Amino acid sequence: MALLLHLMKTGNKLEEGGRTAAPVQRDEGEPEKLCPNCRRRIPVSRLWGNGMVCDCGYHFHMKARQRIEMLTDSGSFRELFTGIKTADPLLFPGYQEKLETVRTASGEEEAVICGTALVDGHTACLFAMESYFMMGSMGCAVGEKITLLFEHALQNRLPVIGIIVSGGARMQEGVLSLMQMARTSAAVKRHSDAGLLYTALLTDPTTGGVTASFAMEADVILAEPGATIGFAGARVVEQTTRKALPKGFQKADFVLRHGFVDCIVPRARQRAFLSRLLALHRQG
Amino acid sequence: MHPGEEREMLSAYERVRTARDNKRPTGMDYIRNVFPGFIEMHGDRRFGDDPAIVGGIASLNGTSVTVIAIEKGHTVRERSFRNSGAPSPEGYRKALRLMRQAEKFGRPVVCFVDTSGAYCGSGAEERGQGQAVAENLLEMSTLCVPVLSIVIGEGGSGGALALSVADRVWMMENAVYSVISPEGCASILWKDPGKAEAAAESLRLTAQDARMFGVIEEIISEEGLGTEGFYKNLKERIRKELSALSADPELLENRYQRFRRLGTDPEWEAAGPGF
Ligand SMILES: [Zn+2]
Repeated sequence: MALLLHLMKTGNKLEEGGRTAAPVQRDEGEPEKLCPNCRRRIPVSRLWGNGMVCDCGYHFHMKARQRIEMLTDSGSFRELFTGIKTADPLLFPGYQEKLETVRTASGEEEAVICGTALVDGHTACLFAMESYFMMGSMGCAVGEKITLLFEHALQNRLPVIGIIVSGGARMQEGVLSLMQMARTSAAVKRHSDAGLLYTALLTDPTTGGVTASFAMEADVILAEPGATIGFAGARVVEQTTRKALPKGFQKADFVLRHGFVDCIVPRARQRAFLSRLLALHRQG
Repeated sequence: MHPGEEREMLSAYERVRTARDNKRPTGMDYIRNVFPGFIEMHGDRRFGDDPAIVGGIASLNGTSVTVIAIEKGHTVRERSFRNSGAPSPEGYRKALRLMRQAEKFGRPVVCFVDTSGAYCGSGAEERGQGQAVAENLLEMSTLCVPVLSIVIGEGGSGGALALSVADRVWMMENAVYSVISPEGCASILWKDPGKAEAAAESLRLTAQDARMFGVIEEIISEEGLGTEGFYKNLKERIRKELSALSADPELLENRYQRFRRLGTDPEWEAAGPGF
């Protein structure tokens, strides 16, 4: 718990890009962020009050713990499997150094946070991937934690909510990271076969091996507005086909139109939406 | 020097090049020689028929088997028709359709895997490449018949895994199995595709590595690769393995545990179940 509090404290000091932001000096000019959509500069405090959403509707990236806080009942989150972090199974050159840098910068030990929480009083298992930790890439520890969470949810007959952001499999863990796609999928299947609900919220970006496994295996698949959702990266697709890509390629609207997500849900409505879904699937 | 020893000395990247060699036996060569009398079945019943994946039914010494192979083709023409063995979503969906049929009729499934990866075209994205691969991983994990997958050339990432959620996975001696191509890894990590050789070493993508990690059970010697004797031996091994798997009452639990332990660190278990 002390670790959790510590992490939450460090987490709160983080700015986009994973760097620790300078302490906010209220006397000096307030820190601002440039919105890539409307090109306006928005005071960070205003964004914070608005769930990191610009007035124009652009959804900025958000840290996993911020998301958990936003979507669950205050103080209800109980973190699970905190001791699990990657062991560098391939002894991949430069990976240890990279991990140390990323851990310091993100304040997290791994690219996913798992636990149980209440959403408007409904108990659920929840995992949230961390974009500030190697873009939420899935190595063995991430696979292990997500598998354990589905197993825990199965044992306790609880629904699972997955808040997903990922560049895909973590290449520094080679073929073992690839195996995490199969391993997590098998755990999702057992949970599903027991008649339990799994809801995935796909945020920007959800790509590669994560799209090709548990992101696309949920009963209900939600997407955040503007999120990029796909298997191959847009640049790879462009190089492969040597044609310009259609406008909005792999964006949430595009993916919805092609039939691969159920709803696009803006951040401000996500909690109420999840609460309603959980209520509609309440058992017993 | 013993011919076997010479083969042992290939570097990781030389194995990658060997695995990609278009003169190497392809999926259909294996089917023709191991499963004579194979009947091909086409189409996913949803969108189309993907020539990069060939599937159908055959008899193995009197036992009916469903056989699925990724086919790269040898010649330029064949490669163009087969999309060089880069399957589209409809290919994976055809494979799943045939696997479900195998389950219905109680036939074991044999897959020959050889792809640089699932196709990265815009149409493949529009038709849900990620969803197609994901569905295969999900459904194969509980398919109620024995599944044996053999990586015969390139085991390229999710595109290969989508036919490899199996009870046993074997690799040819010079086949490779990797999360990303060495060229892709080098250009992403080191901004230099020229460092592919170093990346191939670091990625630990050889059959020996895969066996050490527990990702595969057996390495098939390439001595006499493509000869009658080679296929005869392989056929006998496949027959034995399928008959052993068919007798396993814990098939699905064992399949679950097979993948469950991949990548688990002993130290995590020491942390105890309650964490
Ligand atoms: Zn804006």
